[in-house]
Amino acid sequence: MKNFFQRFPDALIRIGAVFLLFISAVLLVRFIIPSSLKNEKEHVDATIERETSRPVRYAGSDVCADCHEEYRLKKEGYHRNLSCETCHGTAKEHSENPTEIKPVLPKKREACALCHTYNPSRPTGFPQINPVVHNPLKPCITCHNPHDPKPPRVPQECQACHAEIARTKAVSPHVQLECTTCHVVPQQHKITPREVKASIPAERSFCGKCHSKDSANKETPKIDLSVHGEKYLCWQCHYPHMPEVE
Amino acid sequence: MKRRKFIEKSLTLLAQASVLGGIFRNANAEPKDYDASKHYYGMGIQINKCIGCGKCVEACKEENNVPKEPFFFRTWVERYVIKKDNSVVVQNIDSRIERSLEVFAEKDTLRSFFVPKLCNQCENPPCVQVCPVGATFKTADGVILVDANRCIGCRYCIQACPYGARYLNPETGTADKCTFCYHRITKGLLPACVEVCPTQARIFGDVKSNASPLARFRRMNKLHVLKPSLNTEPKVAYADLDGEVR
Amino acid sequence: MNPVTQGLYESLKQVTGYIYPNEIEVHWGILVVVYPYLTGLVAGAFILASLVKVFNVKELQPVYRLSLLTALAFIIIAPLPLLLHLGHPERSYEIFLTPNFTSAMAMFGFVYAWYLMVVLLLEIWFTYRRDIIIWSQGEKSVMRWIHKTISLFSTDTSEKSVEFDKKAVKAITIIGIPSAFLLHGYVGFIFGSIKANPWWSSVLMPIVFLFSAIVSGIALVILLYMILTPLRGEKIVSACLDKMASYLFYAVIVDFSLELLDFIHRLYESEESIKILSELVLNKLFISLGIIQVMLGMLLPLGIMICIKLFRFNEELRKLLYFVSVILIQLGIFATRWNVVIGGQMFSKSFRGLTAYKMELTGFEGFFMTLVLLILPFIVLSVLIKILPPWDRSVEQSLGEKIA
Repeated sequence: MKNFFQRFPDALIRIGAVFLLFISAVLLVRFIIPSSLKNEKEHVDATIERETSRPVRYAGSDVCADCHEEYRLKKEGYHRNLSCETCHGTAKEHSENPTEIKPVLPKKREACALCHTYNPSRPTGFPQINPVVHNPLKPCITCHNPHDPKPPRVPQECQACHAEIARTKAVSPHVQLECTTCHVVPQQHKITPREVKASIPAERSFCGKCHSKDSANKETPKIDLSVHGEKYLCWQCHYPHMPEVE
Repeated sequence: MKRRKFIEKSLTLLAQASVLGGIFRNANAEPKDYDASKHYYGMGIQINKCIGCGKCVEACKEENNVPKEPFFFRTWVERYVIKKDNSVVVQNIDSRIERSLEVFAEKDTLRSFFVPKLCNQCENPPCVQVCPVGATFKTADGVILVDANRCIGCRYCIQACPYGARYLNPETGTADKCTFCYHRITKGLLPACVEVCPTQARIFGDVKSNASPLARFRRMNKLHVLKPSLNTEPKVAYADLDGEVR
Repeated sequence: MNPVTQGLYESLKQVTGYIYPNEIEVHWGILVVVYPYLTGLVAGAFILASLVKVFNVKELQPVYRLSLLTALAFIIIAPLPLLLHLGHPERSYEIFLTPNFTSAMAMFGFVYAWYLMVVLLLEIWFTYRRDIIIWSQGEKSVMRWIHKTISLFSTDTSEKSVEFDKKAVKAITIIGIPSAFLLHGYVGFIFGSIKANPWWSSVLMPIVFLFSAIVSGIALVILLYMILTPLRGEKIVSACLDKMASYLFYAVIVDFSLELLDFIHRLYESEESIKILSELVLNKLFISLGIIQVMLGMLLPLGIMICIKLFRFNEELRKLLYFVSVILIQLGIFATRWNVVIGGQMFSKSFRGLTAYKMELTGFEGFFMTLVLLILPFIVLSVLIKILPPWDRSVEQSLGEKIA
């Protein structure tokens, strides 16, 4: 045995001993460590367990239907796609303890203004008002039942839902034109706008009524319909609500 | 004899209490019949429907206990205004903060819209790839979760996410992000943001299901994902996504 | 609300353009700048040492042991900034226990342990072994026991054992060179592999990191040699100094070429991120990159060294110029790390906006902590020099005589 070790340099043997010591320490530690610290599947399962045990705060609309009439009313109106909790906030705790914990009851104008204040980035067709001029002193719910928010009168102005277009047109050369000058708007469009749509002019001669060379209108810019952009409908180049040239 | 009886009784009581406690502890946990391998979740977002109200942001913070300061978001909404001179202005929308949005003249604007953003729950997630301790992982039903007990807070995953979806939770010192409200979807509920969206701009569903709002969304729209060139294979798809969105 | 979150309200005011809301917090701060700087010095000092043993550059013999000790001092302190930066440093053992092998950062534990134990400690032990035994025989109490323990209670000072020591050192150095490359290269890979960040994502990143590490390491050893030698009352050996400066010169040329290549390549390809990155460099990084990293940290020292090569300056002037150059280079390389780490977080991944980094004065991520972390390795080095004196007067004298 001694001969065996004597064949190696002294330094190497000592380093080797330290190395072996280190390796055995590492192995020992690895075996002592409980599997809960090492096992990947245990960690994943524990995390999933923890995540799925989090408390639910929003109950979901169907839960409200069990006790509240308004749910049935809301189902037919313009707010049918809104969750009750969209306006009333978290309701899970209320559903478990209805008498002592109440959800938010938004009655101030700010609550409705959050969605319905005019913002040009909102999609066209979404009803928007200017809260500063639209009945500024009254709570919105005075005239609009939040669970069936029909406006008290059918809107006369297209601006109620097409505010961005109306404002664009208001600073354009077409400011004096009514929306109905170019669009045929059935009355039903104001009640079920997605089912019944307004029309748009389908022929060049329509714009030609004011803009062709032989038009009776004295104030409009004139073009020769037979040559000017003859393959296209007028609004394929000129935005009718802000009809800029070139 | 008395002492032995006392110890016996208290041990039995302890055993019974722990059994009962175990039952109640699991009351909120994943229902025992939930099989993660039978589901695969995805989300769809319809840009043309988002009105930028920010209720989804608020609901997410409520449901998931996200710190209320404006530096930590699991989901957020961006507002894009593309002007006629091709310049683009982007802002963050937050329903709780005083809206001091810049007002843009309508006649200078070419296109304007809102884009909700959240963790894309990528199929090929760079965040999972770079976590040094494996604290973030993908579940069998396609959701990326963070093990807050193992995360060491190195922030590598936050750097690796191309979408800015992750943040460091200042209370736990660990990385955090949208989990598709895992604790809700495993019980058949919708994520909080989807629940409160007033216009159904967010659609959530099971990709494995053939008849669902998500199935229709995937059939009827030309779909886009964010930053496709990075090959993260996001599971959140956008309909009508503008090319200016990053 | 904790002070970090409070400070973010201030940062919000500094945002120009648009950033994702979660990006307002700069996640990797000054501590993550200090770490690559320290490991870079480790790798660089070791490479200098390896020139002696593997490439037989005899002129560098006087600084051989000093380089090794420098590398050891810096690698001991290197994990500190990382630990201080973690959200949960008490869980850092997880990197050893359950590393995620797809993560470059998980390599840290193993590469660091390998380099420290198998390369540095072993090489230092074999280099010093015979000397420690001899010293321990002539000393008293504490020092005697320290040396006896370090020598692992060996008493073999025979010719044969010294022969073996030399062979072992050579073998370890040969393994050590790629290990040093790995030690600092993986840090470059941590940044270079992030496809989400176009400032970082680059094939060249590990290479650039490595060469700037070599530059800073050689510069540091030159600096230490120029300061410590007069302190000992000895004369600086010109041959050694000039040789180190030569290698520094070559390293700076390579480093500069690589960074220039990266720059030209980015401008030429002109990918989507070029606009925001140009804005970043011209606005936020103008001073730290344009002035400190490039002008002062690279071009000026390069110019000085070219002049030294072209014109034969006398020894005193050369020493002054070297001293100035290596200090500038240290500043430049620190600025390089800053520009990579902090610079990469100053622009938004939306490519539409820029933000700002405000370094605290106090606290873990503060200026004072940074100073402490940068000074600590020198304190460790002074302890190491006390226990393992790296000077060999006979070698220095013989080299000095050769030139004279």
